[in-house]
Amino acid sequence: MNSTTTQAPAATLKTVIGLEVHAQVLTRSKMYCSCSADYANAEPNTHVCMVCLGLPGALPVMNQQAIETVIRTGLALNCEIPDYCKMDRKNYVYPDLPKGYQISQYDLPLCINGSLEITVDGVTRTAGITRVHIEEDTGRLVHDIAANEGLSLVDLNRSGVPLMEIVGEPDLTTPEEAREYLVALRRILRAIGASTGNMEEGAFRCDANISVRAEDGSFIGPKVEIKNMNSFRAVERALKYEEIRQREAVANGEELFQETRGWVDAQGITVSQRSKEAAHDYRYFPEPDLPPLHISRELVTSIADTVGELPVDRERRFAAELGLSGSDAALLNTERGIADFFEEAIAGNTSNGYPQQVANWLLNDVMGFARTRGMAADEFPINSGQLRELVNLVVGKQLTGTAAKTVLAELAVDESPSAAAERLNLLAMDDNGAVLDAAREAMAAQPAAVADFRSGKQAAIGRLMGETMKRTGGRANADDVRAALLSLLNEE
Amino acid sequence: MSLPDDLTLLTAAESRVALDNREISSVELTNAYLSRIEKVEPHIHAYLHLMTDMALSQANSADQRIESGDVSDLTGIPIALKDILCTTDAPTTAASKILEGYMSPYDATVVARLREQGAVFLGKTNTDEFAMGSSTENSAFGPTINPWGENRVPGGSSGGSAASVAAREATISLGSDTGGSIRQPAGFCSVVGLKPTYGRVSRFGLLPFASSLDQIGPFARTVEDAAIMLRSISGRDKMDSTSAPIDVPSFTEKFGADLKGVKIGVAKEYSVEGMEPGVDAAVKAALKQLEDLGAELIEVSLPHTEYALATYYITAPAEASANLARYDGVRFGNRIEGDDLIDTYKRTRGQGFGPEVKRRIMLGTYALSSGYYDAYYVKAQKVRTLIKQDFDAAFEQVDAIVAPTSPTVAFELGSRTNDPYAMYLADVFTIPANMAGIPGVSVPAGFSDGMPVGLQLLGKAFDESTLLGIAHAYEQAAGFYKELAEV
Repeated sequence: MNSTTTQAPAATLKTVIGLEVHAQVLTRSKMYCSCSADYANAEPNTHVCMVCLGLPGALPVMNQQAIETVIRTGLALNCEIPDYCKMDRKNYVYPDLPKGYQISQYDLPLCINGSLEITVDGVTRTAGITRVHIEEDTGRLVHDIAANEGLSLVDLNRSGVPLMEIVGEPDLTTPEEAREYLVALRRILRAIGASTGNMEEGAFRCDANISVRAEDGSFIGPKVEIKNMNSFRAVERALKYEEIRQREAVANGEELFQETRGWVDAQGITVSQRSKEAAHDYRYFPEPDLPPLHISRELVTSIADTVGELPVDRERRFAAELGLSGSDAALLNTERGIADFFEEAIAGNTSNGYPQQVANWLLNDVMGFARTRGMAADEFPINSGQLRELVNLVVGKQLTGTAAKTVLAELAVDESPSAAAERLNLLAMDDNGAVLDAAREAMAAQPAAVADFRSGKQAAIGRLMGETMKRTGGRANADDVRAALLSLLNEE
Repeated sequence: MSLPDDLTLLTAAESRVALDNREISSVELTNAYLSRIEKVEPHIHAYLHLMTDMALSQANSADQRIESGDVSDLTGIPIALKDILCTTDAPTTAASKILEGYMSPYDATVVARLREQGAVFLGKTNTDEFAMGSSTENSAFGPTINPWGENRVPGGSSGGSAASVAAREATISLGSDTGGSIRQPAGFCSVVGLKPTYGRVSRFGLLPFASSLDQIGPFARTVEDAAIMLRSISGRDKMDSTSAPIDVPSFTEKFGADLKGVKIGVAKEYSVEGMEPGVDAAVKAALKQLEDLGAELIEVSLPHTEYALATYYITAPAEASANLARYDGVRFGNRIEGDDLIDTYKRTRGQGFGPEVKRRIMLGTYALSSGYYDAYYVKAQKVRTLIKQDFDAAFEQVDAIVAPTSPTVAFELGSRTNDPYAMYLADVFTIPANMAGIPGVSVPAGFSDGMPVGLQLLGKAFDESTLLGIAHAYEQAAGFYKELAEV
């Protein structure tokens, strides 16, 4: 038994976490054949051919787009891209693995020695990336015994979909850091178009290794691998549970084992699945059907040109050059689509405060509105030109904030906000007489407020302003209304 | 040209002329082979599946193509395919129970290329199960008999393909060679057998034994016919990443009457204990013949030859252990239902595979296992590099290397089936070419006590033309190709 008899160590314990992420690589076709990799809504076994079915005599052919996308990922993760890499066969038997081996990479992966920047509680640090390698996804078993007359069925649509494994160094020290690592990693994968990163659809999967050890090295606990975590929250919860379990075991002098444990989300616990002794011997050896890859420096350079500005850099630029608050700069960069929309909307206008105004409207109103319509995070109810015009109308005092919100709600597809404001009769009153009329009506309707104000209760003007606004249908500027009220209240 | 009464006596080149001159039709030629098959097949068992109806229909189409002037080298020529090449219109079994009745939904690339040419498919030939063996006795469907002796093996693994040509049951046939599986049976059956350079011919649709060693190649009665078949199946295939993007010549451009200026290496290591005196004598006579043709014989050394057999029996089974993992009864082939999934696997594979296949899966699994990988597989790959370097060095001095194809003539049926190591020794001279990826050809070189002896010529990678030029000159001068087996 590979176990560690524990004595409660004198020194403080620290937690050591390393994550292994499997992300489907966003490509048109599968890794080793020309079948479509977009199988999401397909009938079972309709995206298959002799290659991904593993029929006798079929041979794999490398998907160049997948290779380039993984190299782009490696570059975005500050990896080295070695000149030479090869594919290997990983042998194991399961009905969802048609060839009886997975074509993966063993000792010479595409990308090595990278890093990922993470920020937790305002503190930024770097976590190491051991390697990024390319492999193929398996098929799926359908265990709905009742519906299938007692049979388990195999769907091979997913078989051969390109998959990259991103192995992190055991550099993480808390479950919060682990979660942040995943957030940062997924943000990069999405920003460079390498993966949808969709965890619910299985396009982004995470296994975690966690152990505890004494700060002074006097005690090193065995590594425990956790599987079956289907959300970032689950990863954080599972690691929290496991951290406590391991620390308590150490404190109580119990044995810890090197093992694989499964996260049971409903119960919020991990349970032992298999000890190291039962681990597979995958019998890796070089894949004879695919020649080794020589990655030219020209290719790496040309791929580097496609990486573009990374989210963390863009976030910094938004704060430093556009004057956005740190939290808004971060929010705008959760998805590349949002940041792109924002930059299109400001259209190069970096004048003092303008980008923040656009950001406010985008983050608070446009996206809030999008959420109520059930749109995805990078889908928008209006286009960036419409947002720009809307903000400009507000900045130019042609629309009040209230009126602008109404315009946003009523805006037709591709309709100009000023045309909509006109259609809805919401353009700001520039007729001072009309504002004065409305103010007079408001004072007449709220004599108590007038009396309060005149007796020294300055705050009472708020009630009169609200009344005046109501009477203008929200079309008057607050400053104009205040000025009109003050002039009337003071003259009489 | 005066035509023989029996059209199966024509070579492919001769048949081409006769077909194009409308002296014969492809249907007539095909019927001649079908009659011959009917007559001799009960004694030979070269075929696992005959494609009689398909053959006649293809012959009909070929005749129409010839009529319209749309002719390729093999249009209307009746050929046989080793039953390890995928075909959509006949079963593909690799002579294994696990694939009994299996119909491939696609054609192997070589099959598709021959179909496009309008070749006529007579049937699928017998082989050792999954090409693992040297006698065709490992076929799950019974052995093939050597046309030169009714108690002799035809060699293997492509014994059916060799016998089909030797017994004139096909004009040309295709086999596959992983450690000698074309050259050794060609030698045993007195036909020409060519293993092309690794990468010359697409392996797509060839049921793999050892992917880094397997290569498809022809059996023919003459070197010219072998060259014709080779150019028909060669060339880059985007479905096989190991197929080379190298131009395909005619492979006959170096055919000439003599061998003046040609340097031929004689490897001192290609003389082993247990070599049959009659084989030794035939090879010596062949060396004399080559000298008489003007070739200069030069002694060369291939010092790592003695390790070839051992490294082969690590490399090939290792690859095979993975290549055969897909035969699990889940998606195709025979399934023997068990109590649960693991039991179904065990029954399917336990009953589906024969003993030699199981032996090699176990050998390969062991060689790749954690703790043994470096000592076996990695070491074998290093030796493989040394073997390749031996040839590179030798080919700086010579144009080709000559050797016996096998240390003995065809042995008796059953004589080695209980001694796997003795069986493996039959490939001792042919394995190095696979390890190095170079081309090799076996040419009829006479007889020892009435049984054929093969002369093996090895050439530089992707220079089959020089190799076949030498083989052709020797063949024409020696004349053994004219002697046909009487069945």
